[in-house]
Amino acid sequence: MADLSVNFAGIRAPNPFWVASGPPSNTAYQTHRAFEAGWGGLIWKTIGTPIVNVSSRYSALDIGGQRMVGFNNIELISDRSPEVNFQEIAEVKKRWPNHAVISSLMCESREQWHEFVRRSEDAGADGIELNYGCPHGMCERGMGSAVGQQPLVAERITRWVMEVAKIPVIVKLTPNITDITAAARAAKRAGANAISLINTINSITNVNLDTFASEPSVRGMSSHGGYCGPAVKPIALNMVQSCAADPEVRMPISGIGGISSWRDAAEFMAFGAGTVQVCTAIMHHGFRIVDDMIEGLNSYLDEKKMRSVDDLCGRAVANVTTWEKLDLNFRQVARINHDTCIGCNLCYIACEDGAHQCIDLLNPDSLGLDLGPGRVPHKHVPKVREDDCVGCNLCTLVCPVDRCITMVEVPTGKPPMTWVEYQAKVASGEMKPLPPHH
Amino acid sequence: MEARVEANRCLYCFDAPCIHACPTGIDVPAFIRKIAGGNEIGAAKTILEANILGASCARICPTKVLCEGACVLHDRDEKPIEIGRLQRHATDFVNDRGIHVLKPPEKKNGKRVAVVGSGPAGLGCAAELAQLGYQVTIFEKSKLPGGLNTYGIAYYKLKPQLSLNEAELVKDLGVEIRCGVEVGRDISGEELQRDFHAVFLGLGLGDGNRLGIDGENLPECLDALDFIEQIHTEPLHEIPVGHQVVVIGGGNTAIDAATQSVRLGAKQVTMVYRRGESQMSAYPFEFEKAKHDSVHFLFDSMPISVIDIDGHVVGIRLARTRMTADGKLVMIPGSEFTHDCDMILKAVGQEKQAEIMRGIFPKIAVGPDGVITRDQLSGATNIPNIFVGGDCANGGREVVNAVGEGKKAAHGIHTFLAGERASLPIQPSRLGVDGSASGCGLHNPIRAHELEAHWKANRSAKNSGAHHG
Repeated sequence: MADLSVNFAGIRAPNPFWVASGPPSNTAYQTHRAFEAGWGGLIWKTIGTPIVNVSSRYSALDIGGQRMVGFNNIELISDRSPEVNFQEIAEVKKRWPNHAVISSLMCESREQWHEFVRRSEDAGADGIELNYGCPHGMCERGMGSAVGQQPLVAERITRWVMEVAKIPVIVKLTPNITDITAAARAAKRAGANAISLINTINSITNVNLDTFASEPSVRGMSSHGGYCGPAVKPIALNMVQSCAADPEVRMPISGIGGISSWRDAAEFMAFGAGTVQVCTAIMHHGFRIVDDMIEGLNSYLDEKKMRSVDDLCGRAVANVTTWEKLDLNFRQVARINHDTCIGCNLCYIACEDGAHQCIDLLNPDSLGLDLGPGRVPHKHVPKVREDDCVGCNLCTLVCPVDRCITMVEVPTGKPPMTWVEYQAKVASGEMKPLPPHH
Repeated sequence: MEARVEANRCLYCFDAPCIHACPTGIDVPAFIRKIAGGNEIGAAKTILEANILGASCARICPTKVLCEGACVLHDRDEKPIEIGRLQRHATDFVNDRGIHVLKPPEKKNGKRVAVVGSGPAGLGCAAELAQLGYQVTIFEKSKLPGGLNTYGIAYYKLKPQLSLNEAELVKDLGVEIRCGVEVGRDISGEELQRDFHAVFLGLGLGDGNRLGIDGENLPECLDALDFIEQIHTEPLHEIPVGHQVVVIGGGNTAIDAATQSVRLGAKQVTMVYRRGESQMSAYPFEFEKAKHDSVHFLFDSMPISVIDIDGHVVGIRLARTRMTADGKLVMIPGSEFTHDCDMILKAVGQEKQAEIMRGIFPKIAVGPDGVITRDQLSGATNIPNIFVGGDCANGGREVVNAVGEGKKAAHGIHTFLAGERASLPIQPSRLGVDGSASGCGLHNPIRAHELEAHWKANRSAKNSGAHHG
């Protein structure tokens, strides 16, 4: 059994699975349930000057019958008083001394930041997360993403916090920014102990085509919301990796964004996340999902002979580089296994209409395939023209059968050559420009 | 919602096998995708453009051996898409709301075609011709249009009203249906040829075959199709049904007669078939249905005579049969036995219409099997402007085959009258595939169950490494 316990920027927890700041972390009651289910930590729903929420707050993107592939909200920070929130944090810490309880804060002035940092510490919080990310409502009042989108402002406010904080401080970053590393560097310069990302992305999920109101509809009107859920994972991974790879950042990262399984979590960890935070998946299925996340990560670490999360952390970061450093002489082609092919021809039509026209539909007899795959005898079967295949992967992506189409490396006999090297060689006359589809 | 969930399981294959398996060539993936996106009207249009009887076929098609039998999900060890039910969902959607998805063409081409028979073949042909701009008149000898679909399908599968609605759809396309007009009696073949540019014959099959045994004419010894027709035309509680019913035959009509008898209150229903279980022409799932209804089966048995008291059936004399070395079925001497019953339903096939055909068109060529000789692709007969399709040409197959043959013949007629090669429409999900429409279900429908053994052999050969990709 691997050791799942973590020490994240000085915050200890029994495991790296933390409940993100949001509706599931609103109260002591929910926190008890979360910890009972097995979550290792929790970031309290953001505490600030109490707000008033609208009714009708969430909406979702469903795809192909799958619910909540993407999720959107216009709910604000906690609508409960700071007194109640800090009191409940104290209560929770008394009952769960070994679990990480982090207060999330959003304040309006240096004085208020100082006050809320102290009150967090007095309540026994293990750390503080600064909410610079909320993209709706709060930003209109100069908070949330209005801060996170201006690295200098974020840096100044973080400095205010660091002036008084005795417990670790995590800066939560908004993705609604051109260069996420600029925000991460600001946090670093201000002396923060860690960063967490990503907060939600500006979004409108859909328009009701009968009423022309977008959702969530508040008496026929809506507002730009914050997008999250499984659909945002690739965006989050991109940003987490960017921060992890940036030598000017080099600080613990708590990964957030579309995580709903141990596999998602492990991917964030491979890109440098020391802990992960989950919200939408809990809103969809409840706290119980953590059971599988713990077991799954444990098995994976055991299988890979890794003893702890630290052994996994950052393992994939260096395998992402800039495009210009990729090998232009690497070549792969698609190969279809006609024994497992079911004859749907999705690879054919995708390549034909959507990519590079290098799959033919041929009579199975001519390929020595007898009746051919699928259930219509002699129906034409897809076959890759390997000489023309550019190796784009599209056919493998659309194929509904696991491992039916594989990408096979074709040795070119040429040494690796990057774009940079290629440019140099062409400039020096050492080689001629390559024709298309080389 | 259920339909949408099911529709979303569809892989949306290109040149999909289900299209190849549909004798009317419905673009199945296209209509299912439309259902998935909430476009039921578009889905119904895709279905009805290809098959005007889409609503009844959704109920009575043997989908397990046609479209669903061909579904690629079988090979992913998953349940095939419930294509029949989805088709029913889409066609019911427009039917329930009175939405007309097909419109007659704005311009008629001035040519007239007579269609003899308003069954599935006749309606299929008429609908296609009407959409191509022809003025079509259907002649139907019965009081109501629809043929087998109106009179001859088990009630729980298809209610006659639905079949009548489909005839209305055809009328909405501008087709005239003249019921109660029998060609050969009320109007002659010559008149048809004189008044119309072309004639389509979709007469179906004739009366039920006779057993040729003593007592066959007793009042409780009925033709199974007549029995089923009563269900469509009489109040259910007034239809006489025996306590102990014997059904003679091993086909799908025999199963319909047996299961209907159970539903009408028969205490015991026994099917008597002269060959074994594996030789039954009924589909396996129909056979299962009968077993679920507690129908008894007497295989390898044949009727000898009907036993009566005072002119009423009280039993049937049966004998065991066996197959001789040269494949002939013979009675085993001394194996006779008596089975009590008070009603006998005969389902041993229907007569071919050869004589009627010859009566109408004396020169028409009829094959030795009693069906009209025709070109498979166009339905053309030996008489240039006469075309044929459906049971009277194929000897008796599915309703959907009849619709498909009617449709093919419509294009045969169009090619003939337009004087140029008119090709069948190509489904969007097959656009650009080599062989165009000739490879689709319409011209060469596959039948999944007939290929099962073939696949098994193929798969085992694959597994033993005989074939490599």
